[in-house]
Amino acid sequence: MTRIDPVIATEHELHELFLAGLDGDAAAYRHFLERLGALLRGYFRRRLQQLPDEVEDLVQDTLMAVHAQRQTYRRGEPLTAWVHAVARYKLVDLWRRRARQEALNDPLDEDLAVFATADHEAGDTRRDLGRLLERLPTSQRLPILHTKLEGLSVEETARLTGMSESAVKVGVHRGLKALARLWKDMT
Amino acid sequence: MKTDELIALLARDAGPVPTGVGERRFAAALVLGILAALAWVQAAFGLRADLPLLMTTADFWQKVAMPLAVAVTGLVVVFRLGHPGARVRGWWLGVWLPVSLLWIWAAAVLWMAEPAARMPLVLGTTWRSCVFNVTATALPIGIALLWALRGLAPTRPTLTGAAAGWLAGAVGACVYSLHCPEMAAPFVAVWYVLGMGLSAALGALAGRHWLRW
Repeated sequence: MTRIDPVIATEHELHELFLAGLDGDAAAYRHFLERLGALLRGYFRRRLQQLPDEVEDLVQDTLMAVHAQRQTYRRGEPLTAWVHAVARYKLVDLWRRRARQEALNDPLDEDLAVFATADHEAGDTRRDLGRLLERLPTSQRLPILHTKLEGLSVEETARLTGMSESAVKVGVHRGLKALARLWKDMT
Repeated sequence: MKTDELIALLARDAGPVPTGVGERRFAAALVLGILAALAWVQAAFGLRADLPLLMTTADFWQKVAMPLAVAVTGLVVVFRLGHPGARVRGWWLGVWLPVSLLWIWAAAVLWMAEPAARMPLVLGTTWRSCVFNVTATALPIGIALLWALRGLAPTRPTLTGAAAGWLAGAVGACVYSLHCPEMAAPFVAVWYVLGMGLSAALGALAGRHWLRW
């Protein structure tokens, strides 16, 4: 019996799930994102031992980036290389951001910050989806709320909100783009 | 927000994803950029009157060989830089090798020329405006390429911007050569390369600011 390299096995499995997701299989895509989230958490935790609070934020950032940039994945290429490049880009981005912040911050504030940090649930991040959604216009917020979070169909959402079906679809599409932008601004 | 919630949200957005996005964006950017550059050269300088005849001569093709080679390989390099994890590898050779060969050729031409003929070979009659003209012709192409890259995900924004600027400079040099009266290799080796270099520097600056995601 030949021994299968665990990394190669993971690559095969994730690759299949991801391709199914690219073709519109939501269940496979969800499974892929869950697996990837766990892998990313391990990857970032090893590299951010001084900054454990940043790990979950970065996992979410990277998942968001993987989703937003998935059209740049070329089907023949190894998925590992693509995911790794995206994850490393987000990691370097975080380091650069923190270096800039530290250069701007008064050291005195930094001392006080140790006592100012509030507790927060593990696995939860500072971004609140509800608050982000509130910043969208109604024509985008309601379609997202009903179709994406409550799982209603486009038709049901249209009936509920009095919007046309195409307006609901456009609202979801634009709203998700606006959410991604807001998301980026918060980092 | 919990990561599970985010995943649920993203998974509902799984849809058929179009393929070949990068190819289409690059094709559109190149066509539009080259058309704009052609229109600019025609309006600002005018194309050479002897162009149809010129394009059958070996001199003309020797002159555009360097920018043409850089443009073809640069396109592959920039396209790959726009995709996370894609390796450029040997294609980097195409970025600098044509320039090195041109420099060797130009040095040989100068070495074999009469001492008094050397300066005119380098300066020609248009050296003052050549660098600026090449860069200006590259500008619309560079802007179009940056637009194409903004739809992709370059993980090295500054390097990608510089490569896109270098590529735009090469394509711009090809377009500008339809006007440029100079035919000497030393002239091209100095002023065309400087124009492409300026374009690459502008690209690096633009990449740093515009290619983040």
